Amino acid sequence: MRVLVPLPVVMPLLGAALTLMLARRPRAQRAVSLAVLTATLGVSVALLVATSTGPPRVVQVGGWAAPLGIVLIADQFAALMLVVSAAVTLCVLVYSIGQGMADGNEETPLSIYHPSYLVLTAGVTNAFLSGDLFNLYVGFEILLVASYVLITLGGTENRIRAGTTYVVVSILSSLIFLTGLGLVYAATGTLNMAQLAGRLDALPDGLNLVLHTMLLLAFGIKAAVFPLSAWLPDSYPTAPAPVTAVFAGLLTKVGVYAIIRTETLLFPGGRTADLLLVVGLLTMLVGILGAVAQSDIKRLLSFTLVSHIGYMLFGIGLTSGLGLSAAIFYVVHHITVQTTLFLAVGLVERRGGSTAMDRLGGLARLSPLLAVLFFVPALNLAGIPPFSGFLGKLGLIEAGVASGGPLPWALVAGGLLTSLLTLYAIARVWSLAFWREPHTAMPGPEDTTHTRPPSGTARPRDVPDPAEFSGAMLPRLMVASTVALVVFGVALTAVAGPLFELTTDAADSLLERVPYIRAVYPDGVP
Amino acid sequence: MTPNLTYVVVVGVLFAAGVTLLLERSLTRVLMGVIMLGNGVNLLILAGGRAGGPPIVGTTPQDRMSDPLPQAMILTAIVITLGMTAFLLALAYRSWLLVGHDEVQDDVEDRRIVALAERDEGPDAVDDSDTDDDAEPRPAP
Repeated sequence: MRVLVPLPVVMPLLGAALTLMLARRPRAQRAVSLAVLTATLGVSVALLVATSTGPPRVVQVGGWAAPLGIVLIADQFAALMLVVSAAVTLCVLVYSIGQGMADGNEETPLSIYHPSYLVLTAGVTNAFLSGDLFNLYVGFEILLVASYVLITLGGTENRIRAGTTYVVVSILSSLIFLTGLGLVYAATGTLNMAQLAGRLDALPDGLNLVLHTMLLLAFGIKAAVFPLSAWLPDSYPTAPAPVTAVFAGLLTKVGVYAIIRTETLLFPGGRTADLLLVVGLLTMLVGILGAVAQSDIKRLLSFTLVSHIGYMLFGIGLTSGLGLSAAIFYVVHHITVQTTLFLAVGLVERRGGSTAMDRLGGLARLSPLLAVLFFVPALNLAGIPPFSGFLGKLGLIEAGVASGGPLPWALVAGGLLTSLLTLYAIARVWSLAFWREPHTAMPGPEDTTHTRPPSGTARPRDVPDPAEFSGAMLPRLMVASTVALVVFGVALTAVAGPLFELTTDAADSLLERVPYIRAVYPDGVP
Repeated sequence: MTPNLTYVVVVGVLFAAGVTLLLERSLTRVLMGVIMLGNGVNLLILAGGRAGGPPIVGTTPQDRMSDPLPQAMILTAIVITLGMTAFLLALAYRSWLLVGHDEVQDDVEDRRIVALAERDEGPDAVDDSDTDDDAEPRPAP
């Protein structure tokens, strides 16, 4: 079983090298990417099964022993995140293959998409599996570098503008993280997370707090927590639909993952719990108020993304097992739903020719399937029963009520208000884009029989296979992958009971810390 | 080991200069800032480990070796900073090709708010005598 642990990192990296070599053969590239991500999903599921019935699985990379060498460790939490992220990346890959990355112009460098995408996946899985703070940094860098390439794909003026902000902010957060690492090493003499757990406890309170806030600051920028979130709604919407979808689903959640690890393993005791609760509340409210004010669906969804990060901080800030469990559940739900929504909006853009709400209308009549694909995850995001969004929010609110105290109650109220405002924002999209009379600027219903993609979505010349573009406006593969994610999101409701048990288990062992440390150092921490 | 004051001062200067440059609008200067900050962080990491002779078995007695781990980490960080520098340079060049400058531009939202303010303060506004200066539109991006 141990041999499986490094595979989710190694396979995408090898796949990236292979697809880079196959740059001139798009068909082979697609086959390699699909095979690699399918295998990653399989391995992740196997890891989840293994860790949910046994202790965390540990691999000392290259045979170098723990405090000096790099440790990869898969516990329940990491394995769960792996499974969800692998499922989501696979669906988005299928979607982007269906789209043929055709939404850009003809100069879009198709050949670099697959390698970057696989490197991004490797970075995400490396961050999830890492048992070493420096390796976590490397994981972040891998995924960030790949994301720089993806967000400026094609190098159009708009993407360069948005990409510049994104790149500079990300580099700054990485530098803060690296500074934090330098300080942690200087203070403790180790960066192995299991070893740090004990050594950080022994540090003087003030120093401990400095290191703690330094790391939280770095992860807060990556997770788009409110005062540090302004970069996100400006940069994400300009990228191609599948890229935005995978960024929205995964990248901020890697930041949340790192925050959870920091709060539970490295700095337990909740000294910054109140801070997390306050910024969580602000993130929720400011984010959703931003969303309400938007007139473009992609930007609106980016703001809801920021807003809902607040829910996760809410759960983490409660520092109770129930709160943490609900937060993890919420992460799983939100990765799925936010990605699905962006994919659905990508389809809206294809069908309606725009994502500006004042240029759309009547989509429900023009394309009932598309309407369903948007409606179900949208309600899920807003937290309508019986969807998983409702269950996640219910868990968080229960945990908040159980904690008591003025701040948790404020968060409960804020959470309910945010949920309501999310419903309002989503309902606005629905009534403007899907109801009303079809906008005159939009292609008419007879256009669904087009065999050629509409102008502006012309297919690059080096893709020889027109089969995927039949029924051009809503290619089958794109619809199929979106349907798969919608179904996955709905299925979360069906398996909510076992899933919640799993997240509770994961949260308990996170708070207990011992299983993690003992897995790395069976004979006691050196 | 006692902290070396030279390190601390140099790190401080690099950080200060880096942050100042990072606040500039031109991407090339931001890039300079990133490089300075990156080097500052590297020195900071180096200062965090024990000083001593080369950490090679046989050349230095074990208790007088420097700590090799920070050096390994700095190597990784240098490579990453190099990659970032190359990418930022490419970005600045592309921006220069497309729009003729490499300035970091305003957020879409900022521009919309400025545009709204302009409309409010336009010729039809009731009183624009003394608010004009505040609502001075930024140069069109």
